[in-house]
Amino acid sequence: MVFEETELRLGLGLGLPGNEAELGLRKRGFSETQTETTTVDLMLNLSPKESAAADGPDPRDNTNTSPKEKTLLLPDPAKPPAKAQVVGWPPVRSFRKNMFAAQKSSEEESEKSSPNASFVKVSMDGAPYLRKVDLKMYKSYPELSDALGKMFSSFTIGNCESQGFKDFMNESKLMDLLNSSDYVPTYEDRDGDWMLVGDVPWEMFVESCKRLRIMKGKEAIGLAPRAVEKCKNRS
Amino acid sequence: MNYFPDEVIEHIFDYVLSHRDRNALSLVCKSWYRIERCTRQRVFIGNCYSITPERLIQRFPGLKSLTLKGKPHFADFSLVPYGWGGFVSPWIEALAKSRVGLEELRLKRMVVSDESLELLSRSFTHFKSLVLVSCEGFTTDGLAAIAANCRFLRELDLQENEVEDHKGQWLSCFPDSCTSLVSLNFACLKGEVSLGALERLVARSPNLKSLKLNRSVPLDALQRIMMRAPQLADLGIGSFAHDPESEAYIKLKNTILKCKSITSLSGFLEAAPHCLEAIYPICSNLTSLNMSYAAGIQGSDLIKLIRHCVKLQRLWIMDCIGDKGLSVVAMTCKDLQELRVFPSVHLGNPAAVTEEGLVAISKGCPKLHSLLYFCHQMTNAGLIEVAKNCPNFIRFRLCILDATKPDPDTMQPLDEGFGAIVQSCRRLRRLSLSGQLTDQVFLYIGMYAEKLEMLSIAFAGESDKGMVYVLNGCKKLRKLEIRDCPFGNMALLTDVGKYETMRSLWMSSCEVTVGACKLLAKKMPRLNVEIFNENEQEDCSLEDGQKVEKMYLYRTLAGKRKDAPEYVWTL
Repeated sequence: MVFEETELRLGLGLGLPGNEAELGLRKRGFSETQTETTTVDLMLNLSPKESAAADGPDPRDNTNTSPKEKTLLLPDPAKPPAKAQVVGWPPVRSFRKNMFAAQKSSEEESEKSSPNASFVKVSMDGAPYLRKVDLKMYKSYPELSDALGKMFSSFTIGNCESQGFKDFMNESKLMDLLNSSDYVPTYEDRDGDWMLVGDVPWEMFVESCKRLRIMKGKEAIGLAPRAVEKCKNRS
Repeated sequence: MNYFPDEVIEHIFDYVLSHRDRNALSLVCKSWYRIERCTRQRVFIGNCYSITPERLIQRFPGLKSLTLKGKPHFADFSLVPYGWGGFVSPWIEALAKSRVGLEELRLKRMVVSDESLELLSRSFTHFKSLVLVSCEGFTTDGLAAIAANCRFLRELDLQENEVEDHKGQWLSCFPDSCTSLVSLNFACLKGEVSLGALERLVARSPNLKSLKLNRSVPLDALQRIMMRAPQLADLGIGSFAHDPESEAYIKLKNTILKCKSITSLSGFLEAAPHCLEAIYPICSNLTSLNMSYAAGIQGSDLIKLIRHCVKLQRLWIMDCIGDKGLSVVAMTCKDLQELRVFPSVHLGNPAAVTEEGLVAISKGCPKLHSLLYFCHQMTNAGLIEVAKNCPNFIRFRLCILDATKPDPDTMQPLDEGFGAIVQSCRRLRRLSLSGQLTDQVFLYIGMYAEKLEMLSIAFAGESDKGMVYVLNGCKKLRKLEIRDCPFGNMALLTDVGKYETMRSLWMSSCEVTVGACKLLAKKMPRLNVEIFNENEQEDCSLEDGQKVEKMYLYRTLAGKRKDAPEYVWTL
């Protein structure tokens, strides 16, 4: 399947307060990422190097399986996206998985935060998969914006085989839309309110941000609801 | 033996307890069949669709204890779509209508409704024991009915169920007259319970031996409960986090010193590492320790704890203990029989275990017979050594997180390693494979795994031959579950009679087609061959050449089931 090269323009208004040039919405272009195998890390925070490959080389084709890296460390979230997670692998009971999801969210709500990492979910409207970023990896809004852009650029181009993407891609109307629409980065703070990214100092943002959502401009939602719905249903 | 009067034979049969032995007795002759069925009290049904409730009741009128299992095992890993089945209500309804004096019900992977629980609680005056494992479909209202109506309840054991919390005070529904509790486990409940009601319940239950609390029970309540139940043998701690300087914590430490009869510890659903010190004094009595839900505890704290647990026979732990930690286990826990190491990668934990940890365990713990091991990698050399050190394995379940990873030292498949396991462990009954595997491993399994009853395969094999080796070789095979393997129609149809000797076969994402399944169903009328068709298009017909995404077949005397959802096609 050959997809046309398209550019995703991400209008991340991540300017610091007071900086007029960066206030409001800003368009950015992101070029195709050529080197990474475009697979995505679904939902749960499984270390990507250990999950089985669902696309790319056929996992049953054992003779061609290339040597996996021996590294046991978690990858830098800014590095190439991980292999897709396979349903039901590793075989851990859903109860156990849900238990830890519950524990994690209750930890995020409690006063103490992990000193070393601050992982938050990032969703982008229209994308079937969420990502996670460690906010403590970045020192400023532009750095975060950069990383997010790289992360989500792979959603528009590449060899991901999910049906959701094909729909996403084939809606040329939607593509025009994406090129011209504004993306609004928002986040949910500890009180549960949805805020615009960029209003508060960076450190305060890192402490209070629970999750990120990159919203499409209002026009986008009105014009191509079906495609957006389909993508949402896939996730 | 035919010369003995029935009463004598009955008396002898009283000593025969295992299901298998009882089944064997019933096959000897007609009179033994008759005597056996009238005296049988405990029945185990591994697949609730293999027989109808009516038939069960007809054959065993003296039934007191029933065990039922519903969904296939892979349902645990989200491979069985919602609504597939496994409903307990027809069973409870049929039993309620009959004259069976049910006292014990044990369910696994079944859908249980509040109505069923209510009916259960009202229908059997001597009902004593309810055990629900990995079930769903009920709420705390159903539990309230059980608490309120089962006057002689001894056991309410809820293990890893999905229970909706209705914020009612179910625990307060145990009447003051209920003093018979021996075992209460509500660790899987998400909601709060009335702490006062809990403490009073514990206070009036002198026979309480096993108590497993949920996360909502704080440390100070735990202390008060333990004060009232010094006879506890099995404790599941809910929340275990407190300021170490606090009075509550100091009180708890003192109370724990008095609980010398605790031999089994679990839970720690919310635990602060510094609090673990409080349990060091009782660690030397522990034979069973389950820390597999203790997300807040790091490897180093686990290791400190384990050093005290010299009598441990069963250990469930997370892989953050690391290979080094497993070496400590190997040095400390010489009586270890069962080990489960769960993955903690989803907690952002880089530490993990490899073949090193398992080899260390095998060297230090020769009594090991049950293993569940999630690891990052495994080597053939490691498996061969484990096989040599531990020939007593009954259950060997290995899960390499990267499902098709070869031996990282030699880049070879793990055929030889698993081959060594099956060759050395002649008593092996359950095996789960992972890693890069060719047909060769199945040849070994077919040749050597004579006692194998359950086999789980994922992302393995190269051709139909693999599956055929297993079907031909493993005479005792009862459950076979396969996902994402290149096994197709030839393998499926090679020995259709075999499936009547087995409980069930699961195949998903393999190479089997609709046509072959239809053929199998036609040839074997006493099998239900179910195909799951999850496509959204409702009008799609099943064409013979189409590959089957999920197939589940099982032997049955009940015929095609009537409660299957739309996406299940019974051929």
